[in-house]
Amino acid sequence: MSEHEAIVAPILQAGPSFRRWAAALGAIVVWAVFAWVWQLTHGLGVTGLGRPIYWGLYITNFVFFIGVSHAGTLISAILRIVHAEWRRPITRMAEVITVLVLFFGVGNVLFDLGRPDRALNVIKHPHFRSPLLWDVASISVYLTASSIYLYLPLIPDIAILRERTTGWRRRLYTRLAVGWTGAPRQWARLERAISVMAILVIPVAVSVHTVVSWVFGMTIQPMWHSTIFGPYFVVGAIFSGIAAIITAMVIIRRVYGLEAYLRPIHFNNLGILLLVMCCLWFYFTFAEYLTTWYGQEPTELAVFTSKMTGPFAPYFWAMVVACFIVPFTILANPRTRTVTGTLVASISVNIGMWLERFTIVVPSLSHPRAPIHTFVYIPSWVEWSLMAGCFAAFALLYMGFTKLFPIVSIWEQEGTDAVPAAAA
Amino acid sequence: MPRWGLVIDLDRCTGCQACVVACKHENNVPFSTPAEATHGRLLTWIHLVPAETPGRVGPSALPLMCQHCDRPPCTDVCPTSATYLSPEGIVAQVYPRCIGCRYCTNACPYSVKVFNWSSPEWPGAMAEMRNPDVSLRPKGIVEKCTFCHHRLMLARERARDEGRDLAPDDYVPACVQTCPAEAMTFGDLDDPHGAVAALANNPRAFRLMEELGTKPKVIYLREGE
Repeated sequence: MSEHEAIVAPILQAGPSFRRWAAALGAIVVWAVFAWVWQLTHGLGVTGLGRPIYWGLYITNFVFFIGVSHAGTLISAILRIVHAEWRRPITRMAEVITVLVLFFGVGNVLFDLGRPDRALNVIKHPHFRSPLLWDVASISVYLTASSIYLYLPLIPDIAILRERTTGWRRRLYTRLAVGWTGAPRQWARLERAISVMAILVIPVAVSVHTVVSWVFGMTIQPMWHSTIFGPYFVVGAIFSGIAAIITAMVIIRRVYGLEAYLRPIHFNNLGILLLVMCCLWFYFTFAEYLTTWYGQEPTELAVFTSKMTGPFAPYFWAMVVACFIVPFTILANPRTRTVTGTLVASISVNIGMWLERFTIVVPSLSHPRAPIHTFVYIPSWVEWSLMAGCFAAFALLYMGFTKLFPIVSIWEQEGTDAVPAAAA
Repeated sequence: MPRWGLVIDLDRCTGCQACVVACKHENNVPFSTPAEATHGRLLTWIHLVPAETPGRVGPSALPLMCQHCDRPPCTDVCPTSATYLSPEGIVAQVYPRCIGCRYCTNACPYSVKVFNWSSPEWPGAMAEMRNPDVSLRPKGIVEKCTFCHHRLMLARERARDEGRDLAPDDYVPACVQTCPAEAMTFGDLDDPHGAVAALANNPRAFRLMEELGTKPKVIYLREGE
């Protein structure tokens, strides 16, 4: 086990740098809690929303976070099924993103509700024709499935930690290891359970983002009512998901010194995957916007023009640069497909995909069919604070996870000598 | 069973907005300041909009309220059935059930559902002038034109007490009752002898955004030559 000391060591000790970061992120979270209490007290009037722009930053963040959640489970499941052995060191850190980020997706819907205290009405009085109810169903299933999928491969690692710790940690690990001894029968069962879950989570993951897109696609509002929204959103989700994994990998690699596990080959391979999704994203975006423009339908065109040359043009073109031009230029060239290169491309993609969600939600609402008074939506300090709080809380929980569990799967490194054959 | 509908004759409408004021008073719709209105916080169940209507070159002032669609896009998307189409064709909103997700406000192509951005306030003496027949809505939920549904319930009770059927004049919404130009006519669209059914078949009749297939029960009569 000693050869994997680099993975185990950071779990059991926390340095001053960790505490500094935790304190800073914690302060942002506390501020966000204050902003939320402020909003609960005064109502959604403290946001920048109004008629007819009823949805803004919260729904943008909801779609963004649910998109990023495709990072883990889907990528890790697909790579597991196709026996891409280079995936071994990265699956865990990807799956954690999925589970954590789903909470923030759901959280943003709660921020957006006028009456979060009545949220359970969707269970007490469900209306099955509402795409929002489909969302509730598919996201609950996805959260359950991806939590199980994260937990199962953790069991042998938890057992390793159980043997190496004392006190509360030992009690915690003993309970979570559910009597794991490493007997051949247990291994056989675990392997089977993991492969079943790996197959199961793929359709669930695809359904989740399809249903999120249908929240918009099922209405008849201009530039929302689109048949390609399902696959378009799934592609965008996987795109932003891979970018999120790469970003997390670079940070973890630097902070915990895991250069031996996360090697340039991983960044190269994920970079190629990101490049493929980048091209797919461009294809879908081009198809969507060309069709709208060619049709020249007046209400659609009003939204289209506002994105191309109107008030939303800065966001739209920034999205095109961040989602396509920057990552394509970097990733298409093997010489720039390095650790730093893929990191720059990934950060760019994450910003771009957030802008994409924003330019889908807000421009359509800003140009209603009815000739009513409309205005320019500027998010308020409350909305920005809650958004910052979500990112800070996510980072904090992720850091917390790395202090409780190995962020690289130890047992899956066994026999690979930290240098997977496929990578050679 | 009646199917309630409203006809608005744009040829008679003077754009005086008496209907807007009457609706606010009748339904306890809170006030908003001009600054709030600029930021989309104006609460109105009926308001005048500049709309392009058939046969006119420029836009006309058009009183816009819930169109009480027979195929409402807003009710389908509600996750809790807080908004639904009643058997008599009124698109209703159940205030205690609404979670304030604003999906219905976004799905409505007429943008006529409004949201309570803050707790309602009535300045000074206005608080005592609220209508006791209509419930006050708390912050955080969606509200909309109900065709003054409380008036229907009162009219039904009165008719039952008097041991007779509901007469056409028993139930009219506040906007119709107030309109000084008599531009609005309310009644049962399924009553072939009623005034509303006759006007709905007028050659000047049109419905807003009919092409969307929402089947509105508010019918406009375009201006004459």
